[in-house]
Amino acid sequence: MKRRDFLIAGGAIGAALGLGAGAARATPAEVKEAILQLTGAAPVKTGRVTLDLPPLVENGNSVPLTIRVDSPMTVADHVKAVHVFVEKNPQPYVASFHLGPRAGRASVSTRIRLADSQTVVAVCEMSDGSFWSGSADSVVTLAACTESD
Amino acid sequence: MASALINVPSSARRGEIIQIKALISHVMETGYRRTSLGAVIARDILRLFVCSYNGQEVFRAQIHPAIAANPYFAFNTIATESGTLVFTWTGDNGFSATESVAIKVE
Amino acid sequence: MRLAGLLFALALPAIAAEVPLSERRSGYDLMRPETRAMQDDDAANPAMLWVMEGATLWNAKPDAGSRACADCHGDARVSMRGVTARYPAFDAAAGHPIDVEQRINLCRTTQQHAPGFAFESRQLLAISAYVARQSRGVPIEANGDPRSQPFLAAGREQFQRRRGQLDLACSQCHDDNWGRHLGGAVIPQALPTGYPIYRLEWQALGSLQRRLRGCISGVRSEPYDYGAQELVNLELYLMWRARGMMVESPAVRP
Repeated sequence: MKRRDFLIAGGAIGAALGLGAGAARATPAEVKEAILQLTGAAPVKTGRVTLDLPPLVENGNSVPLTIRVDSPMTVADHVKAVHVFVEKNPQPYVASFHLGPRAGRASVSTRIRLADSQTVVAVCEMSDGSFWSGSADSVVTLAACTESD
Repeated sequence: MASALINVPSSARRGEIIQIKALISHVMETGYRRTSLGAVIARDILRLFVCSYNGQEVFRAQIHPAIAANPYFAFNTIATESGTLVFTWTGDNGFSATESVAIKVE
Repeated sequence: MRLAGLLFALALPAIAAEVPLSERRSGYDLMRPETRAMQDDDAANPAMLWVMEGATLWNAKPDAGSRACADCHGDARVSMRGVTARYPAFDAAAGHPIDVEQRINLCRTTQQHAPGFAFESRQLLAISAYVARQSRGVPIEANGDPRSQPFLAAGREQFQRRRGQLDLACSQCHDDNWGRHLGGAVIPQALPTGYPIYRLEWQALGSLQRRLRGCISGVRSEPYDYGAQELVNLELYLMWRARGMMVESPAVRP
């Protein structure tokens, strides 16, 4: 599946489920559907993908995440892309990182938003067409004080 | 242009794997927030971040609202030759930003 | 020089409940390792985006006829070192202490003949962050100017006064219960060593006054306007609480 098709398909899922502004949550089922759109019928094996995610977050607005994939990153055997999903945000998508043999090392860091305590899933697309995944859980609490500016 | 902060080693050995850090100022409005009067605050996010090394794309990130405000990405690339790293961010409402950084490879 | 600085002309009668000097810890120490790492890395700290913008503004003339900050103050790394560490400071013309943001605006209007920046505007925060960055590692002085004495006492009174529908005083959380949890958050000691801060809750950089207004509205009390002397007095007292501690600006906080 080409990248562009994946993005458009993502939008279609949102529309079909009536997710508009103010919608509450995605569900684990939507994450499964989103992953299926990505992988087609290909099996997704668990392993090789490690997520560094704090088990308890300081603030759900900005949660540091590092994804590492065990791969030699050679022309013959490398990570093509890493796709990140979440189960309880308004949308299941977080980001897709496209790597390749020039990366040298399959490791990406970023900061994400988590709306609630949930599982973050990373699905990795390899150069040989195989898919591998890993996940991590995080506990998110709301700010103690509500303040008005 | 929005502020961007790029961290690249100024020099590296040929074949060395270097880490690049890119930070850009952007509100990343999700489109799910409402004002105190209940009106929806329109989505306004970055959609794409691309790093090119002497014209060759070496890293690409497709970005969704779940990426935190003032997006930060750290990734690796092999220092293949001296030249220029170009970083491009594009997003909603015609947002576009570019930064170039020189790298010396021995 | 540092020892002489510790002989503060300003003093307040000791209050048993106040955090003893030796037990003071920056909010940094109470954060999770990931958040501390974000503050420690200038390439990852979002506050540095504002510092960069501040550097640009420092060198820019507000309009063709006027001066840039740099035209009078030169290299900020030299001229601004220690400034944030000794503000709020007494301003003789005004007759009361002012904070750094007010000082920047005073320069804008009287020296640069340009309109002052709105409080909490991007430009004002950028210059404030750039100036504050130059004091990183400098011990806080809380200005030993005796003229500030009554304002410092007023600031302390603010800190200890119950307010709002929740009828809470700052001291009840920050003196009596620091280190404990309010919801999922650890209560810090109210030591403003890192302002202006990138606050994860705001997803933006903000001033100490913004934080104070947030806390005051948080206990369901009407917050003072930006620039109100009550807020400046509180800032002065809080910096005095943090006397001798190192400036960490610009910090990251939850």
